[in-house]
Amino acid sequence: MSVYINKDTKVLVQGITGSTALFHTKQMLEYGTKIVAGVTPGKGGTEVEGVPVFNTVEDAVKATGANVSVIYVPAPFAADAILEAVEADLDMAICITEHIPVLDMVKVKRYMEGKKTRLVGPNCPGVITPDECKIGIMPGYIHKKGHVGVVSRSGTLTYEATHQLSEEGIGQSTAVGIGGDPVNGTNFIDVLKEFNEDEDTYAVVMIGEIGGTAEEEAAAWVKANMTKPVVGFIGGQTAPEGKRMGHAGAIISGGKGTAADKIKAMNEAGIEVADTPSVIGETLIKVIKEKGLYDACKTH
Amino acid sequence: MNIHEYQGKQILKQYGVAVPEGHVAFSPEEAVKAAKELGTDVVVVKAQIHAGGRGKAGGVKLAKNLDEVRTYSKELLGKVLVTHQTGPEGKEVKRLYIEAGSDIQKEYYLGLVLDRETSRVTLMGSEEGGMDIEEVAANNPERLFYEEIDPIIGLTGFQARRMAFNINIPAKLVNKAAKLMLGLYQAYVDTDAAIVEINPLVVTGDGQVVALDAKFNFDANSLYRHPHVMEMRDYDEEDAKEIEASKYDLSYISLDGNIGCMVNGAGLAMATMDTINYYGGSPANFLDVGGGATAEKVTEAFKIILSDQNVKGIFVNIFGGIMKCDIIAEGVIQAAKEVSLSVPLVVRLEGTNVELGKKLLNESGLDIVAAGTMAEGAKKIVELVG
Repeated sequence: MSVYINKDTKVLVQGITGSTALFHTKQMLEYGTKIVAGVTPGKGGTEVEGVPVFNTVEDAVKATGANVSVIYVPAPFAADAILEAVEADLDMAICITEHIPVLDMVKVKRYMEGKKTRLVGPNCPGVITPDECKIGIMPGYIHKKGHVGVVSRSGTLTYEATHQLSEEGIGQSTAVGIGGDPVNGTNFIDVLKEFNEDEDTYAVVMIGEIGGTAEEEAAAWVKANMTKPVVGFIGGQTAPEGKRMGHAGAIISGGKGTAADKIKAMNEAGIEVADTPSVIGETLIKVIKEKGLYDACKTH
Repeated sequence: MNIHEYQGKQILKQYGVAVPEGHVAFSPEEAVKAAKELGTDVVVVKAQIHAGGRGKAGGVKLAKNLDEVRTYSKELLGKVLVTHQTGPEGKEVKRLYIEAGSDIQKEYYLGLVLDRETSRVTLMGSEEGGMDIEEVAANNPERLFYEEIDPIIGLTGFQARRMAFNINIPAKLVNKAAKLMLGLYQAYVDTDAAIVEINPLVVTGDGQVVALDAKFNFDANSLYRHPHVMEMRDYDEEDAKEIEASKYDLSYISLDGNIGCMVNGAGLAMATMDTINYYGGSPANFLDVGGGATAEKVTEAFKIILSDQNVKGIFVNIFGGIMKCDIIAEGVIQAAKEVSLSVPLVVRLEGTNVELGKKLLNESGLDIVAAGTMAEGAKKIVELVG
């Protein structure tokens, strides 16, 4: 088992003919991901890397039964690409694109209310269930199949944590990059719920960073609901407060969102927080040993 | 990106928001000429810098005649203003805004900002205008009011009126204030602002509702579709290295330390700074080369880091996903050739195309200290810098 995606997931790539998308389509295919379709308006009827290309998401879904989309469309057009995926009733749309205008995402999020599709991202590395399905831009080789769930706001920090786990022989059930943008589709709590219910996930690594209050909310949820051990890390503990203009941003966050606040909230919820990013793996191993889960998590 | 008060007011005017008459001035002569044109009994001489707290720092003066305008203008132009938002180094005043004085009856606060918790733009208002609104939020949160805005409908008339009633705008001026709020929201949306703040909003003796100040901050991701906003950018207000970095889509922030950092991804970049600090070092910058960097971009990033005289060593920490390690390696090699590299360089590469990247660096003949992990790299650069 795993969360969100597995070996049966049928993936379509929006913006497949762009250079970044092409590179990563190749990488995903090599990993074994079932990519059944690509979409680039005007390139319908062609083929790339053996994958048929369609003009619209609707056409692609009709012809191939794709149920998850990965979006590499450039920022000015990415919000529209998400809307197209939602309109086609896909199970999930994973948006890799960074630098999408914030107000575009505010509208997208509003439009998605009550719709079937789950959005992951934008500005995220994607989702991977090791040895089954890799959707996004993460390097496949750093992952190992196993029982630790990983959820993170930062792409490259996710790689860092996952790599440490794999080196220590601790595999992952699924790693989910939720993205660092202020308005995104899937938050920590959504993913933590999934991991809590997934019988193949025994422990969770949660990686946050300064800004917003998503980590504090997640910590409160963990305290109330989580039955599995969670360890964490917060990036930006030594970041100086930026020069800023106006007060509105500070008021709306109610003075919350500092690294210290987040670590405090997480500790109070029983989440052990690693001091430096280099010891995320060590910290997880320490905790699962204490809980008697080490042998079960160790991949042989 | 920030703009000046007078530029913010130019935008507001286009949206029917009442602002006092005024002119920008770059010299005392221009200031006096502007005051003459205004012809009011009292004019306000306002320092234009990209920071709040100007009033308290002595950057706003009331002048009762043209001689006073000249005196205050001479005093302010070239002066370094230190406010609670500029940092201790302050900001030099290079522009003034000469504005007609207003007959202020009462001051209020209005702000528009994205609330990350609801993913909606939120209108905030308070009767406690003109003062430090963050203190009001901390000590008297009940005196701040919020209206969450549905992006599909926009700010509605009833929401704007409710805000006006909540913050005790005089009853006969409620419709005027509501209209102003609707204009404010439209300006926010049309320009892809991140923050718009009016502090103070005032009610005047002749029954007008007027924006006495205007702070705009724009979403950097949206600037491409607002050339008229881009034209308002004042490069004097920004760090030279940060400007250079923005030309290449690099996210760079100057810091006080001596270890230059080049990292991909904001989270990893912050974590790299944390790790350098953990081992007793001090980063000279935050630099996220982003996902789609080319070798040319990496070269420029390197040059920007080295243009900081404080930099005594560089730590490159890359975990390639969308970013390929060979591209980073090419950029580093190119940069090292263009600028004769005289400080220690520690490179940690991992991720997509890592073997190719390492091979390129090894064969380059450059004096590069390789590191297997982030911790090892941070430790090494801290030792090398000493």
